[in-house]
Amino acid sequence: MADPMRVRAAESGGVVDVKILMKHDMESGQRKDAAGKTIPAWFISTINVKANGKDVLNGQFGPAVSKDPFLNFKYKGAKGDKIVVSWVDSKGDKRTDEATAS
Amino acid sequence: MNQQRRSLLKYSAVFGLMASAGLISVAQAQEWNKAAFEGKSLDEVFKILGAGSPEKSGAITLNAPDIAENGAVVPVGITTTLKAEQMAILVEKNPSSLAAQFFIPAGTESFVTTRIKMGQTSNVYGLVKADGKWLMAVKEIKVTLGGCGG
Repeated sequence: MADPMRVRAAESGGVVDVKILMKHDMESGQRKDAAGKTIPAWFISTINVKANGKDVLNGQFGPAVSKDPFLNFKYKGAKGDKIVVSWVDSKGDKRTDEATAS
Repeated sequence: MNQQRRSLLKYSAVFGLMASAGLISVAQAQEWNKAAFEGKSLDEVFKILGAGSPEKSGAITLNAPDIAENGAVVPVGITTTLKAEQMAILVEKNPSSLAAQFFIPAGTESFVTTRIKMGQTSNVYGLVKADGKWLMAVKEIKVTLGGCGG
């Protein structure tokens, strides 16, 4: 199981600002190890964010997204919204974390 | 009577197929777009996304630094006054151009920020699909230390 994400969601004026920090190496597939062998790519490929069970963002990442991906977006919502963030990486690993809009 | 029942069965089978075909295409929209992320050049990715040759639009703002000291972490954001359905971030000189793609449902604002890796100084493209049409904004980001190799 991968490390937990940090999810912050703050409501202001009917808009919820969601900030997500995922914990993932996001190996690009371009780097080489000490022996000169290419390190295979390994990265988060899809991410889904739901608020109260409804999709608010779907994303797809390539290996060009930075290590420990950061994501910030806004949707129309309210305090107390239950936000569920899930990602799947290129090896099929999954992680889901929750937060409540404040 | 029996004949009617047969044809009814046939029709329901066809409708069932259509429904499942519809379901499959919905599922695929969320599946990782391998071809697009493996596209080596901008034109290739534009073609796979169905963007053709997107026009530049003043309604799109690409929030990114002029100079990125560390190419491994370059903050890039797209905002637009248009009602975006999809957004994509492309880096012209990366080994694969497409860095990230976002699907924006109704109710979510046309605003996304993330951080990307850049191998070298390059033009960065922020694409927005609004009203079924792809538009873009371009900005050159200078990189002093690459973030792809090493």
